[in-house]
Amino acid sequence: MGLTKALDRGRETVRGRPLILITWLAGVLLALDILARLAGVEIALAAGRSFGGSMSAAQFGNLVWNGVIVGLIFGLAGIGLSMTYSILNFANFSHGDLLTTGAFTGWGAALLIAGWGLAETGSLVLVRAAGGPSPNEIGASVIQAPIAIVIGVVVAAVATVLVTVAIDRAVYRPMRDRGGIPLLIASIGVALALRYVVQFVFGSRSRGVTATEGVRTTVAGVGVNLHELTLFVVALVLMVGMHLLLQRTKLGTAMRAMADNKDLALVTGIPTERVVTATWVLGGALAGVSGFLYVLERGTIEFNIGWFLLLFIFAAVILGGIGSIYGAIAGGLVIGLVHEVSLVWISGDFNAAAAFLIMILVLLYRPEGLFSGVTTA
Amino acid sequence: MTHRLRPDGGARGSGDADREPSGVRGSGGDASGSDDDDRGSGDGGRGTPRGKSAAGAVRDAVERTLGGNDLAVVLATLGAIYLLFTLFVLVANDFEITTSTINAIASTLRLLTFFAASYAVLALALNLHWGYTGLFNIGVAGFMAVGVYTMGLLSSPPDATSGMGLGLPLPIGIIGGMVAAALVGLIAALPALRLEADYLAIVTLGLSEIIRLTMNSGQLSSWTVETFGFGTGGGSGLNLPARPTDALFEGGAGEALLATLTGMGVRRSIVVDAAYLFVVIAFVVGVYWLLSRVGASPFGRVLKAIRDDELVARSLGKDTRLFKIKVFMLGCALMGLGGILWQGSYGYVNPNSFRPIVTFYVFVAVIIGGSGSNAGSIVGSILFVGLLFEGPRQFGGIVQNAMELGDAPATFAGAVGPLTGLDPTPLLAYGLENISALQFVLLGVVLIVIIQRRPDGVLGHRTETAAAVDLGERPAAGAAPDASRDSATDAGSASGSGGDADE
Repeated sequence: MGLTKALDRGRETVRGRPLILITWLAGVLLALDILARLAGVEIALAAGRSFGGSMSAAQFGNLVWNGVIVGLIFGLAGIGLSMTYSILNFANFSHGDLLTTGAFTGWGAALLIAGWGLAETGSLVLVRAAGGPSPNEIGASVIQAPIAIVIGVVVAAVATVLVTVAIDRAVYRPMRDRGGIPLLIASIGVALALRYVVQFVFGSRSRGVTATEGVRTTVAGVGVNLHELTLFVVALVLMVGMHLLLQRTKLGTAMRAMADNKDLALVTGIPTERVVTATWVLGGALAGVSGFLYVLERGTIEFNIGWFLLLFIFAAVILGGIGSIYGAIAGGLVIGLVHEVSLVWISGDFNAAAAFLIMILVLLYRPEGLFSGVTTA
Repeated sequence: MTHRLRPDGGARGSGDADREPSGVRGSGGDASGSDDDDRGSGDGGRGTPRGKSAAGAVRDAVERTLGGNDLAVVLATLGAIYLLFTLFVLVANDFEITTSTINAIASTLRLLTFFAASYAVLALALNLHWGYTGLFNIGVAGFMAVGVYTMGLLSSPPDATSGMGLGLPLPIGIIGGMVAAALVGLIAALPALRLEADYLAIVTLGLSEIIRLTMNSGQLSSWTVETFGFGTGGGSGLNLPARPTDALFEGGAGEALLATLTGMGVRRSIVVDAAYLFVVIAFVVGVYWLLSRVGASPFGRVLKAIRDDELVARSLGKDTRLFKIKVFMLGCALMGLGGILWQGSYGYVNPNSFRPIVTFYVFVAVIIGGSGSNAGSIVGSILFVGLLFEGPRQFGGIVQNAMELGDAPATFAGAVGPLTGLDPTPLLAYGLENISALQFVLLGVVLIVIIQRRPDGVLGHRTETAAAVDLGERPAAGAAPDASRDSATDAGSASGSGGDADE
């Protein structure tokens, strides 16, 4: 009985949605390929290509870990984007540049504290805009200056929140009832203005900021990068915090209500403007922190890092289903893993394209997201 | 005037407000005009909001003198920008009229016109998508890239320094580029047009980035060169065939003409570049003509109906999806053409020319001109190139030379520090040194201000109506909004030309 039902459903899938089937098949094949590679099995196919091959477990583990790390960045930044998307109903193209804002302000503060007295205050606050002492001399790392890093995280969050709320007051608030597209276009304008204000203030040079001394150590026989570990821990703590906030507090309930049905929320007496501000505050803070952590992990800073991340963040949010923060986190991890693990098969020229392709396919064939059914819950 | 429900919905807000005081002139113009061509809606400026703003006053003045003649508006804008830039060059040369000054003026104006014309082709194509049909395509750069690269792969000589082409004649390359762009548009459109506008935006942006990354891949290039005998050259770019007009000056009457002109002191490059410029302008005119025809045709009326309310268009039995796919392909082909005319004319192209920012440039041009109007797209392109793209740089250079501010500080700290001693010079010098960053800030701010205050564009409410008669006309004061809309619709059907319905 159960078997025939399953078979029927399978047949329906094959007939009705062949693309889903192909996607599944491809996924299974790729997973088998990874297993074969890990086992060191190689089956020769036509034209000098082969199924399987050799790859050490350490190599694979490394790719997966990298995927998780970037995935957490996408997910953390994606929470804010997902919330503004569902509560304010527009795709915020300036979200990436909020990450940039957080990265620069946070690192300005972190360098100022870590390198106090080593160089002029101006040069440090501007994140080594004109060179000066090298990152290792300044010593901004979790080992050498943990307090500087903590203060950097806080400053990144606060500064980004201030910028975000100011932008909301000036740009989005007068257009609150104008529908998605005008707001989207305005957000493109915000993105341009914000990115190039950052460039104007901090300069266009790409430069290193973190100290590397002692960051790579071995804990219990496993080599770890303490900066990646910091990112991992902070991101997880913030995600759990968001979960508790949305589930346990009145504000969280109000936000979920607004995401579900704005008019109903208004009728119920939810102060919508205040909820909108809270959304910007939370989204901005998370964006700023993820920008800061992203730089902590990669070590260098540049005025367009956030813009380059934007499409990945969109991909994460869309993959997870707009409006769901768990979806954004899961989507971020998937996109991060695709971005890194796809390097097994394709060259580094195309791994970003692979992530975007996944996003487009999800939009086309499952626009409600892979983890749909939950909205801002 | 126009009653529309665009996907953005909000654009109506101020449009409706603009419409209120305009009934007097409106009915006359629309009753006789009644068709969809640009002139019919050229009276868009009439709804100027009571001369409150400076822009409104200027618009009024322009409207009064030019009487809504689109060609006159385009030429007047171009003339004003020309005048401004001539002034820039004259100031930079201390008003000494020498041969070199005249050459500098000519070369500046040529560059300006070239950019304006290139953007005009792209803006017209985007206007077909966004202004006419309401498709929010922000992958313009990607479709340009497909056009240019296909042209290069077909027509570049096989012995090029970077990249490798098949060496076919240029017309084949150009047509191939347009066809390829249209096909990529088809692939994108088939599934993507079902999506809502903001999703379409993300899909097209993602697609344009995928295209750019593909062009950027060195591995792919060397593989295709080995397998098929052509390749993009990856990050180092692709050599392209020379502009066909350059050959005019090699031998024969062309060479003689060039010799005469250079004998008179005209720089050689100006003559050669100007020849190509005329080709681009001819293409602008051609594309404008084509799109005006499309807009005025029954096909175009369906497009506008889709933009105004897709559900209604579908209820009237139109296969809106097919219309959208067709128009998407046409627009993409024109974007490919725009790319070829612009980026394809330098003899060399690399993937960096197709960053998403180019798309936003084109978008700003369309929005400035007012989406939905072909003439507006051209005017928008001229204004964008003149005032936002080239203007700030020229202006900054002049101020920098004139004021002798000394060396600009290397960082922002060095620029702001002296402000405590009330010395703004370092900040000014720093600002002028980094004017390219400020230019982008200006671009962003202009975009925000326009979308906030003038969603209909600088030139006012120029969206062409889908219906053959004025549905927005209010019959009597005090009538309930619903009643007024009903009676307007009645009037529309009574006149027997209910827009799309009769196709």
